[in-house]
Amino acid sequence: MKGLDLAVIGAGPAGLAAAIEGGKRGCRVAVMDMNLQPGGQLIKQIHKFFGAREHSAGSRGVDIARRLYRDAEGVGVEILTSCEVYSIQPGNRLEVILTSFGDSNRGHSQSSTYMRRRHESISAKQVVIATGGAENALNFEGWTLPGVMGAGAAQTMANVWRVLPGERVLMVGAGNVGLIVAYQLLQAGAEVKAVVEAAPEIGGYGVHAAKVSRAGVPILTAHTVVRAFGESQVTGAQIARVDESWNPIPGSEQELDVDTICIATGLRPNTRIASLAGCKLMYSPVLGGWTPIHNKRLETSVPGIYVAGDAAGIEEASTALEEGRLAGIAAAVALGKGRREDREEIEAIAARLSSLRGGPFCAERAVAKQEILSRAEAICQKD
Amino acid sequence: MSEGLGVKGYLSAGELKSAPGIPSEERMRQGPVAVIECIQEIPCNPCEAACPTGAIDIGSPITNLPRLDEGKCIGCRLCVSACPGLAIFMVDLTYSDESATVTFPYEYLPLPEKGQTVRAMNRAGEPVCAGTVIRVQNPRVNDKTPVVTVAVPHRYAAEVRGILRVRR
Amino acid sequence: MRIKDHPILGVLPEARWVKIRVDDREITAIEGEPVAAAVSAAGIRVHRYTAKRGEPRGVFCGIGQCTDCMMRVNGVPNVRTCITPVVEGMVVETQLEAEPKEFS
Repeated sequence: MKGLDLAVIGAGPAGLAAAIEGGKRGCRVAVMDMNLQPGGQLIKQIHKFFGAREHSAGSRGVDIARRLYRDAEGVGVEILTSCEVYSIQPGNRLEVILTSFGDSNRGHSQSSTYMRRRHESISAKQVVIATGGAENALNFEGWTLPGVMGAGAAQTMANVWRVLPGERVLMVGAGNVGLIVAYQLLQAGAEVKAVVEAAPEIGGYGVHAAKVSRAGVPILTAHTVVRAFGESQVTGAQIARVDESWNPIPGSEQELDVDTICIATGLRPNTRIASLAGCKLMYSPVLGGWTPIHNKRLETSVPGIYVAGDAAGIEEASTALEEGRLAGIAAAVALGKGRREDREEIEAIAARLSSLRGGPFCAERAVAKQEILSRAEAICQKD
Repeated sequence: MSEGLGVKGYLSAGELKSAPGIPSEERMRQGPVAVIECIQEIPCNPCEAACPTGAIDIGSPITNLPRLDEGKCIGCRLCVSACPGLAIFMVDLTYSDESATVTFPYEYLPLPEKGQTVRAMNRAGEPVCAGTVIRVQNPRVNDKTPVVTVAVPHRYAAEVRGILRVRR
Repeated sequence: MRIKDHPILGVLPEARWVKIRVDDREITAIEGEPVAAAVSAAGIRVHRYTAKRGEPRGVFCGIGQCTDCMMRVNGVPNVRTCITPVVEGMVVETQLEAEPKEFS
């Protein structure tokens, strides 16, 4: 591949939005994603999104993903799947492994040549890192058994690949992910025995909790999973009530007949590529942990490298879309491909972002993002 | 705090009373009306756009709670499938002398059928009474959120918010 | 188990069903779906046994991040089955990791 104006790592909402803005402004853009399909985690979001109309509120994530890659292709963006960026070298040189898969018609089916890996170095004038988030694990007895999985994994299996990941499920964590996936596993035909939440209160939106409750699934606050039973896979779970320090209270244990334990104990920014590229990070508990420091234009401490979406601090798909747009416009402007109306557009996006970070549920995210911007003043280029 | 949406996962009587989307008892007696069980200030406003008579007001910022102008609500049910949180219901206390109807979103299979007798469930997912399915709607505008109406005795209309799911 | 009908996603779309081998079993799979999905649909949950303790592992993240779901595919070890597509006739094996290190 020849040199790119803009390389985008990750084809989720942030990455696709950035690529579209770059493409619209005449940049030569490629989006690279390690998965088999573009769309990131939008493709497993089959519920209607919150937000305002500008963020496609009321649409299902999977439909938003379709619109995004149609728009991306419409402005000439190249989308590469099974394409893994494993490093960014100085001068924005991306080290990439492209995997192609042979087909049975060519006699590849049973040979090791079925899977061909090819290495490439790709130079890009500007880079947007939109690598999303990763699910946190939870350590308890039996936590490595097959059948213990991330809630996101169960959601991918059910909603993208149409395979029920288990028949009887315990959901650990009552944040939005835990509540939404519990509901979607019910929709897929599984039985959800309980949602346990170690905190004294439900972390996710009340409307998601209400859907799960209405379906007869108990949401047990101040409860946690103590152990998974099973030799080669999960055959049951033990839960218990916890005290104020989140320690299980002896005598409060209950056993549940489940074959699957889903872990929904938060996400963290996927910062591996950003770290390798030398982007400075800061620790932000509200945003999920180590987060690349970035200025208002989403540019990191390394000039020409931007972050957007969950990779820039865990938020939501709607904020990821807006951050992606901002980063894409900023990258195009840096290449001299800005448009006259860009200044207004940037202000409009910034205003939408602050409205998405309003309200009691999101206020602490707004503060955390502000802290990142403050840190950026000393180490990132001026806005 | 030992009850309520944030702990149990369903609304307490007190929370319902103070929500700005809940119609007055007087309005309830006059015919079908939206019951908006949305009490947390989250950034969301599709219900406002879905209402053809301007009976739902959120305005700016979009974290405002939806406020029901009960005089304007015509009981059309469009907001029921439009609410991403599935938190809007329609209650009609004037359905018949014996029964009221409750309308709710129902995104499960199999869908119930008109005329079918079902177990009507409350917000906690507990059975309340028997109900009869009056209507099952899933037009294109619903974007795959079917809306089901069941008839239940008047005294349960404030409690019933769904039906027992049947697993295939 | 396959989700044949779904309230939001509708009926399972038409697909090319193929046969693949997993250890000594022949299973049906959808061409192009991840090997992990095919294996899971067939009720198989153990993908590998760890080198040091011989503990079983299965799907954990499902999106190529964690490497828990690795199996041996067409003789190649350490293949992340959640991001590797099914091709007719492919041979998948439970990965036993007390082996000399091999990388393709």
